[in-house]
Amino acid sequence: MSKYYPLADAIQTHIRDGDCVALEGFTHLIPFAAGHEIIRQKIRDLTLVRMTPDLIYDQMIGMGCARKIIFSWGGNPGVGSLHRFRDAVENQYPNEIEIDERSHAAMTASYAAGASGLPFGMLRGFVGSDLVDHNPNLKSIDCPYTGERLAAVPAIRPDVAVIHAQQADKIGNVHLWGIIGVQKEIALAAKRVIVTVEEVVDKLEAPANACVIPAWVVTAIAHVPRGAKPSYAHGYYERDNGFYRSWDAISRSREKFSEWMNEHIMSENFEALYGKSML
Amino acid sequence: MTAASPSELMTIVSSRLLCDGTVCFVGIGIPSKAATLARITHAPNLILIYESGTIGARPETFPLSIGDGELATTADTVVSTMEVFSYWLQGGRVAVGFLGAAQVDRFANLNSTVIGDYAAPKVRLPGAGGAPEIAALAAETFVIIKHDKSRLVEKVDFVTSAGFLDGGGARQQKGICNSGPSVIITDLCCFRPDSETKELIVTQLHPGVTREDVRNATGWEVTFGDDLFETQPPTETELATLRELELRTELVQSGSGE
Repeated sequence: MSKYYPLADAIQTHIRDGDCVALEGFTHLIPFAAGHEIIRQKIRDLTLVRMTPDLIYDQMIGMGCARKIIFSWGGNPGVGSLHRFRDAVENQYPNEIEIDERSHAAMTASYAAGASGLPFGMLRGFVGSDLVDHNPNLKSIDCPYTGERLAAVPAIRPDVAVIHAQQADKIGNVHLWGIIGVQKEIALAAKRVIVTVEEVVDKLEAPANACVIPAWVVTAIAHVPRGAKPSYAHGYYERDNGFYRSWDAISRSREKFSEWMNEHIMSENFEALYGKSML
Repeated sequence: MTAASPSELMTIVSSRLLCDGTVCFVGIGIPSKAATLARITHAPNLILIYESGTIGARPETFPLSIGDGELATTADTVVSTMEVFSYWLQGGRVAVGFLGAAQVDRFANLNSTVIGDYAAPKVRLPGAGGAPEIAALAAETFVIIKHDKSRLVEKVDFVTSAGFLDGGGARQQKGICNSGPSVIITDLCCFRPDSETKELIVTQLHPGVTREDVRNATGWEVTFGDDLFETQPPTETELATLRELELRTELVQSGSGE
């Protein structure tokens, strides 16, 4: 079980101040436990990459971990704003953050380019959008065959990718299923890969075309049941929509947010936090 | 049965616009509600694609997020996010892109990025998500928005997704090949673009709504179409089905989590 570490050790060994880190998972399998550990270890000046920052980056931004965000949609799905993210962008609280804002399609092209070892990704995108006037990273390129002008985005190659999966075997081969988002791309684009898993099994029951990330691509694995809560793990537990709704009130004020984080994330023991609903 | 609320009316009117068999790329919120209602009432073969990679999803409740588990378990296939945007949307498989926005302007440009200046925003909105490419690559786009002066504006603070830009042939001149926004549905009326100028024209008023109501709630001097007509009121079936879906959603979501 040489790839296996306690979560705290995996984070401490592989994520440093100033790193570019992507914690991915599109609504599903969001690595909350790993994000909370980054917060507890007070890692600073991170460039945080994620298509949908979601509650986990709201918490990391509010707790001062972020220097820069690369993203495409920063809201609480179906609920409204991410208030800590807004406070950082609108009022530079708790610190100023730089933003590199793209679209979903552009983020996926950036990840795919990173995984493919290419310098940039390409798409038919952003035509007529003001985003290109505000983000110098969004450029264009002429097709050498047809002359069509296409959008270009720089590859994303994070220092560390962090993902959560349903299962790994004892060697460390990882299997995820359901909505698989960009996890394969980001794992192959990153220099180091940290995986948290719901369950360790003797043998993966993965069909031939399943989304499997082989052990030799993975840097460290931690066995963290319920490590994606309050998001969900298909086949294990449902999304805690009630918590997503209640986050709006918790995160609206700086004071209430700090109080909640101190009570539930900074001091709570792991079992108590992930062993039941966070409400 | 009590009369339809403005939000229910908007959802029902939108659902009627989705024809059976259409492939629709669905945004979260009211677009997703309207598409689900359409599939359950008059369009059983409506194909719903969500940006989470769920293709042919058949939800029986309203998802809170576009990545809810029910979308994955009911889908024909679940693909990666990269694949849904590249092979399915960019590949030209989508007939209707169905979007919401924080602001829409006279030429149907959409803003979901900032209110105020980008560098020092008054309100930082969630951002683009999938919208710029959905608006540019689906064959046509439907847009749904609550009607008031802060949302329907002369010019959006920020063009997240291009509509007709400055109007006329501006969209085509930029090289965007699809037809763009074909209808804007609000809780007061529907707008469609003028065939020449591309300015949004009011083509139908919802029951009980006057021209004056629309003028007062719109941020530009509104033009009404020559063939202006009144929207058919919601039928009992439409309203009952929508409310039953809302109720079922509430039951499922209040029971979720552990």
